[in-house]
Amino acid sequence: MSELDDLYQEVILDHNRSPRNFRAMESANRKAEGYNPLCGDHVTVYLKLENGVIQDISFEGAGCAISKASASLMTSELKGKTEAQAKELFDNVHKMLTGELNGQDRGKAVGKLAILSGVCKFPARVKCASLAWHTVNSALKGSEDLATTE
Amino acid sequence: MKAAQEISQSRSPRVGLDVEAVRKDFPILARKVHGQPLVYLDNGATSQKPQVVIDALSRYYAEENSNIHRGVHYLSEYATAAYEGAREKIKRFINAPKSQEIIFVRGTTEAINLVAQSYGRTFLKAGDEIIVSAMEHHSNIVPWQILCEQVGARLRVIPINHDGELVMDEYRRLLTEKTKFVSVTHISNALGTIVPVKEVVALARERGVPVMLDGAQAAPHLKLDVQEIGCDFYAFSGHKLFGPTGVGVLFGRSELLERMPPYQGGGDMISLVTFEKTHYNVLPYKFEAGTPHIAGGIGLGAAIDYLGKLNWEQVVSHEQDLLAYATDALLTIPGLKIIGTAKEKAGVISFVFDHVHAHDVGTILDQEGVAVRTGHHCAMPVMQRFGVPATTRASFAFYNTRDEVDALKKAIHRVLRVFG
Repeated sequence: MSELDDLYQEVILDHNRSPRNFRAMESANRKAEGYNPLCGDHVTVYLKLENGVIQDISFEGAGCAISKASASLMTSELKGKTEAQAKELFDNVHKMLTGELNGQDRGKAVGKLAILSGVCKFPARVKCASLAWHTVNSALKGSEDLATTE
Repeated sequence: MKAAQEISQSRSPRVGLDVEAVRKDFPILARKVHGQPLVYLDNGATSQKPQVVIDALSRYYAEENSNIHRGVHYLSEYATAAYEGAREKIKRFINAPKSQEIIFVRGTTEAINLVAQSYGRTFLKAGDEIIVSAMEHHSNIVPWQILCEQVGARLRVIPINHDGELVMDEYRRLLTEKTKFVSVTHISNALGTIVPVKEVVALARERGVPVMLDGAQAAPHLKLDVQEIGCDFYAFSGHKLFGPTGVGVLFGRSELLERMPPYQGGGDMISLVTFEKTHYNVLPYKFEAGTPHIAGGIGLGAAIDYLGKLNWEQVVSHEQDLLAYATDALLTIPGLKIIGTAKEKAGVISFVFDHVHAHDVGTILDQEGVAVRTGHHCAMPVMQRFGVPATTRASFAFYNTRDEVDALKKAIHRVLRVFG
């Protein structure tokens, strides 16, 4: 498989076409906005956090296929996770995107999100894939600041 | 250079540009990217450099390096003569009246900041208005916003129509007794629109309002004559003009430059310094504090020499042919929409798809060896005007070919295969 096919796998194209949890959430008790100044991609992540558990998560925004699919996959993965689990996953995804996880560790560390590992071959696109994660991280921290990929 | 010489000496203007010969002057055009021949269509961001420019830079550092305007030794005098020689070449290139009206800066951005801070802070006050257009690069917006905050002036914006052309009636309406400065682009980097600058300048000058033109995109594509245009300030960057990065030019009419205070203080811009009082140097040195980018200036001179050997009519008609050919080719692609359809247009094509983001287009094109710019092109208000988050932009130089346009089209078809 070429690096390009690896990047734009069918699962990613599918999440781009029909993103999951793509909606505003009125009952959210945490919300954060993320922005990638390089390309103008922006995302808003909504969280319903109860007793340290992510009961519900959704997102809105505009961006490229990689940023949209990454946000969609992220919301599917984080639903039901504890805050601590989410933070651990954030760290592992970050390592995967920057090429610090090898193939064997990957499955264990990030599960289904390993589908995004092709991004590490495209340094210009790492920020697209990490935008939603930076944003959920700042939502978990309760930060009011705009999350950026810088 | 050899090819350029042959072209100018052996071919009549009616014969087209010998692109294959010109391409040999640019070593980078022979390289491959991701195993594919490089198709460089990002000339709006920066242009490639002919071997003569690369040689001028390397010769300067290997054989001529010395500081200018200071030493009495051989090399200093040599470097000074080479640097000042470049200033003369630039003066002729834009047909400025005097060489002391040519100020070396880092680039167009610094030139605009210089005028905003030196002219603007001195002569503008609260309630005054500055006019820019809706198709400016951020570098011709933000310096004026900073000035507005400093002096309490107000920024007014000439709207553009759906083709990306200035709405001249609105410009006439915006020009009032409050208008104290006009700064517009000569060619839009995001849309390719060629602005009718002579008319823009004439309308402002009738009212005694000075006009600055951002020529970053125009200098590489149009025959420039600042006297014919009639502007007060004109700025461009060396690196888009086949020269080095980090060097650019501000032309200013000496009557205005004489009345403006220095932009930065330091060496070279003074004639006498005591702790009681400092006397500033004459033009252009008053605006050139510190050791400049000497190699860059000399390299830019070499680029201008190179361009001088090309037949400009052939260059312009070749670029217009590429634009027409590429426009027709891209419009055959299903779902592709071109942003920027002005009647007077330079070799820039910005385009979007409804269902594919520009970044995904750019990544896939890159895998095919096709280099384009994707994003907002430092012109976010333009993106907002057309309601798109980003575009993909192919921008041509005279060394591009119809074959490269075909390669672009083929690569875009691969994008559509991936995204269905």
